[in-house]
Amino acid sequence: MAQFEIKRLIPIEIFGYDASFTNASLYMVIAVVLITSFLIFAMGRRALVPSRFQSMAELSYEYIANMVRENLGEEGMKYFPWVFTIFIFILTLNLLGMIPHSFTVTSHIIVTFAFASMVWITVTLIGFVRHGFGYLRLFVPSGIPIWLMPIIIPIELISYLIRPISHSVRLFANMMAGHTMLKVFAGFVIGLGLIGGWAPLAFLVAFTGLEFLVAFLQALIFTVLTCIYLNDALHMHH
Amino acid sequence: MELAAAKMIGAGLACSALIGAGVGIGNIFGNYLSGAMRNPSAAPAQFTNLLIGFALAEATGLFGLLIALIILFG
Repeated sequence: MAQFEIKRLIPIEIFGYDASFTNASLYMVIAVVLITSFLIFAMGRRALVPSRFQSMAELSYEYIANMVRENLGEEGMKYFPWVFTIFIFILTLNLLGMIPHSFTVTSHIIVTFAFASMVWITVTLIGFVRHGFGYLRLFVPSGIPIWLMPIIIPIELISYLIRPISHSVRLFANMMAGHTMLKVFAGFVIGLGLIGGWAPLAFLVAFTGLEFLVAFLQALIFTVLTCIYLNDALHMHH
Repeated sequence: MELAAAKMIGAGLACSALIGAGVGIGNIFGNYLSGAMRNPSAAPAQFTNLLIGFALAEATGLFGLLIALIILFG
């Protein structure tokens, strides 16, 4: 569990609050530098027939653009920069954590909770700005008989309020459980020694492959759910 | 009973949430496979939905695992 420890690299204190530059902050800065330099460098030449790097940038753009268009329609494209930032930032943070001896920023609940509450507050604000108090009709699905309403409305309300928690815990638990399992099996490899250590080693190799998939998948799921929640707020199909 | 022993038992019990996760994930992939066998050309279009369903089913199991870890280390 020591791999999840936050270390203060540059202690800073602002009005009595600990605002130090930690290893988590360092990895977030590394992620931002990586993403920015990759995108700027890849699109530098802007050839019509893309080179390899430009293809990668274009593919990631297209993938998220298709997702946004599919879920939100053409008018949803104005939210595309936000959605793309969320996806590429979480993906880079997850993938940086796969480097041995590095730190996984998204394996801390406060980081993922910050992401999820940002999404939830933004979506709720957008819903109220666009529909006024009619946004509350989100909790009253159409086609329900009136005698079921006292049961359905609290259930819908609770499932809406639970969104920041479920949204954040999904990413956090996947990342933390994945890295904890990697550490546990690595312990088995050393513990069983030279004779018996091959079996956990083989499993560890396969599981690391799975962790790469999970890193990508969890970033994708976070983004897809953001698009779905935003769609609920923009076009209330209830 | 000592606290440490009770924590271990509690963490072990909390992991039974993963039964549901296993059943759910198997369900989703099984349905996708049987659908893909009947209509192979429509299968790639639903691959994204498959991954979304898998992640959502896995999430509830991981909520249980999270409680187990909170009990053990919180």
